[in-house]
Amino acid sequence: MALILNEEESMLRESAAAFLDEHAGPDLMRQLRDQEDELGYRPQLWQAMAELGWTGVLVPDDLGGLGFSHVGMGQIVEQIGRTLAASPLVSSAITATVLVLGGGSKDQKAQLLPRLAAGELTMALAVDEGPRHDPRATALKAEQDGDQVVLSGTKRFVEDGHFADQVIVLARSSGEAGQSDGLSLYLVDGDVLQRTAVPAVDSRRWGELQFDGVRIPGGQQLGQPGRALEVLEPALDVTRIYQCAELLGLSRECFDVTLRYLKERQQFGVPIGSFQALQHRAAILWTELELAQSLVLSGLKSLDQGDSPEQVSRLASAAKTKLSRVAQLATNEAIQMHGGIGMTDVLDMGLYLKRARVLEAQYGDQRYHASRFARLSGY
Amino acid sequence: MQELAEFRRETRLWLEDNCPQSMRTPFVSDKERCWGGRRWQFHSDDQQLWLERMAQKGWTAPTWSREYGGGGLNKDQAKVLKQEMAAIGARSPLDSFGIWMIGPALLKFGSEALKQQHLPPIVRGEIRWCQGYSEPGAGSDLAGLQTRAEDRGDHFIVNGQKVWTSYADRADWMFCLVRTDSEVSKHSGISLVLFDMETEGVSTRPIKLISGNSPFCETFLDNVRVEKSQVVGDINKGWTIAKYLLTHEREMIGGMGLARGGDRSLSRVAVEELGLEGGQLPDPVLRSEITDWEIDALAFALTCERVNDEIKAQGVGNTSAMLKYYGTELNKRRYETLLGVQGREALVWQDHSTAQHWLRSKGNSIEGGTSEIQLNIIAKRILGLS
Ligand SMILES: Cc1cc2nc3c(=O)[nH]c(=O)nc-3n(C[C@H](O)[C@H](O)[C@H](O)COP(=O)(O)OP(=O)(O)OC[C@H]3O[C@@H](n4cnc5c(N)ncnc54)[C@H](O)[C@@H]3O)c2cc1C
Repeated sequence: MALILNEEESMLRESAAAFLDEHAGPDLMRQLRDQEDELGYRPQLWQAMAELGWTGVLVPDDLGGLGFSHVGMGQIVEQIGRTLAASPLVSSAITATVLVLGGGSKDQKAQLLPRLAAGELTMALAVDEGPRHDPRATALKAEQDGDQVVLSGTKRFVEDGHFADQVIVLARSSGEAGQSDGLSLYLVDGDVLQRTAVPAVDSRRWGELQFDGVRIPGGQQLGQPGRALEVLEPALDVTRIYQCAELLGLSRECFDVTLRYLKERQQFGVPIGSFQALQHRAAILWTELELAQSLVLSGLKSLDQGDSPEQVSRLASAAKTKLSRVAQLATNEAIQMHGGIGMTDVLDMGLYLKRARVLEAQYGDQRYHASRFARLSGY
Repeated sequence: MQELAEFRRETRLWLEDNCPQSMRTPFVSDKERCWGGRRWQFHSDDQQLWLERMAQKGWTAPTWSREYGGGGLNKDQAKVLKQEMAAIGARSPLDSFGIWMIGPALLKFGSEALKQQHLPPIVRGEIRWCQGYSEPGAGSDLAGLQTRAEDRGDHFIVNGQKVWTSYADRADWMFCLVRTDSEVSKHSGISLVLFDMETEGVSTRPIKLISGNSPFCETFLDNVRVEKSQVVGDINKGWTIAKYLLTHEREMIGGMGLARGGDRSLSRVAVEELGLEGGQLPDPVLRSEITDWEIDALAFALTCERVNDEIKAQGVGNTSAMLKYYGTELNKRRYETLLGVQGREALVWQDHSTAQHWLRSKGNSIEGGTSEIQLNIIAKRILGLS
């Protein structure tokens, strides 16, 4: 498959960009922040996304979706990164959707996917318990009690976990924290949990979820008991590739804004962009963005081609490492090259900087993925 | 699609039948490469046979038209050929400045007579070319070149000095930038001319490199007669052609760094030499350095692929400066890390050693336009900073 967009994908990219420019953007992000919005997103925007069909891109058409390509969905998510558009799209229409598609029973698929595709249902994935991503460290206990399962423990840093209708929780059904066996996934109603919304630096919220002996009925398990990672890791890899698309979008936006500033801002009677020190740094950053774009597109293509999980994992870790670094460079350079005004809240650069680090930390930062890439490559 | 599959099948069979076994192993050193030319001494019968067979099909220059001895393949077929050659580890039958640089320039700007004269011998590896661009006073500022060509009616008389001319002492012909008008602005008075290195007045003197070898020379041009029929394109319009040719050179240099590193990835070398402890390389810092390189190398390889696909779909791109810059810097990093992997073994002074390759790699970001010049080009032409 050639590493270019086809006509449909290009059109989707353009229409997503136009829509988000009108209905989202840094100003909306500021409003949400300044009003200390508990939800962290505008339900109207989410509704509009659903009406555009974005929530159903990855759902097959016989289950109410569009069954369109990952490359297509990637274009939307890149634009979401560029416009800082907050919504449950990634957690529900990507992570949860892929989890249900990969691990759900026939009934679960029939029940959940049409509602996910319609944007009627929001779902969050609760994996981590500590500050650094580590699914194996899961200690939250799942104990069988007759037909029911009793969950006890705490999940932290759950993306959209503070409001999602349902939560997919990673729990330990046997073994000990640190082991990859003995982990299972369960579907839990959000309402039965004690939830706290923890504010994050990017003005969004994480859910902190308390499971105090939460009882759930039988049949709420997702995938094979004790073998959650077989379903979870592929879904996380898909999510990581989309995080990379989001990081690419926000990095490019920072670069574009900075490039404009280099041409406008005058010092010593000339535009600062005439200084070679800045020209070279801009050229290096542009080159890095081109490399980053190749990884993102290859990752999305790899999903569409149905490459083996090993191939996808390796590419996902390469992409997450590189995109985290490029986003770090792009956001840091954006601030430095703006000088004093770059440090102020007047500019949007700060919003992008903060969002970049939150995205990086979720589901493994550059260090986690560099090491994982090495392991997956056999060294 | 089906035609391409058929082409793949035929190509595979042909390669299977025609590529000698000894030409299916990776080059151990650059010395094993075949450059061709009048004075070329083949290293083995197989090397000669392999060149002749490939040249016969025109597959030394797969995309050139059949008319000039090329393979007449389209880009997709050429990609298939490359893939099938890689699949059996087939060596490049011919390395050639003719194929990489002057050939493409002739195809685009040369007269029919020049194409007929020069392209077929390039395809067959009979004539080896060198590049006379740089001068002692004109490196990065190439357009400041001073080598003068005086108009004598049907020919020019050329005087001047070239420097860093790779393989000038082994080449048969030179493509050379000369000043044909010194009254006009520096970019407007330049022509690209071709001449035989055996012409009277041409002499070369090898220059020793830090790597111990002498792949390049000073070239002295003393009243050298060049026929006007050997001017590529129009007189005084050579600068455009020179830049076009540089674009090809940059893509070649940028891509080659990776091709060289690509046959044996750094991590594979490290695993072979250092072994694993608990599934990991024993030195975590080295492991991390290798990983950084491997991820960047993967991103670069995918970028080369993407750029190619974009060029196929949309025509020419403006990415050669980026590929040149990144590919060469990547190759330099590769060798620095390799020193870490191989330790003092890498620093033993002998022919074809890691030490020599490491030293040679330093030139990658200088030859064909330095990294700084590539960054200038990106900043000015692509980003519009000035
Ligand atoms: C291995 C090798 C093979 C070569 N083969 C050939 C060949 O076959 N034929 C041929 O014609 N030439 C060849 N060259 C020459 C090569 O093209 C030149 O060396 C190169 O263009 C740089 O020119 P220079 O050496 O004069 O360096 P200079 O131009 O003097 O540069 C010195 C330093 O100043 C920097 N610099 C210069 N101008 C600027 C600027 N505007 N902005 C920022 N930095 C700047 C450069 O980047 C460099 O770091 C070869 C060189 C090498 C190393």
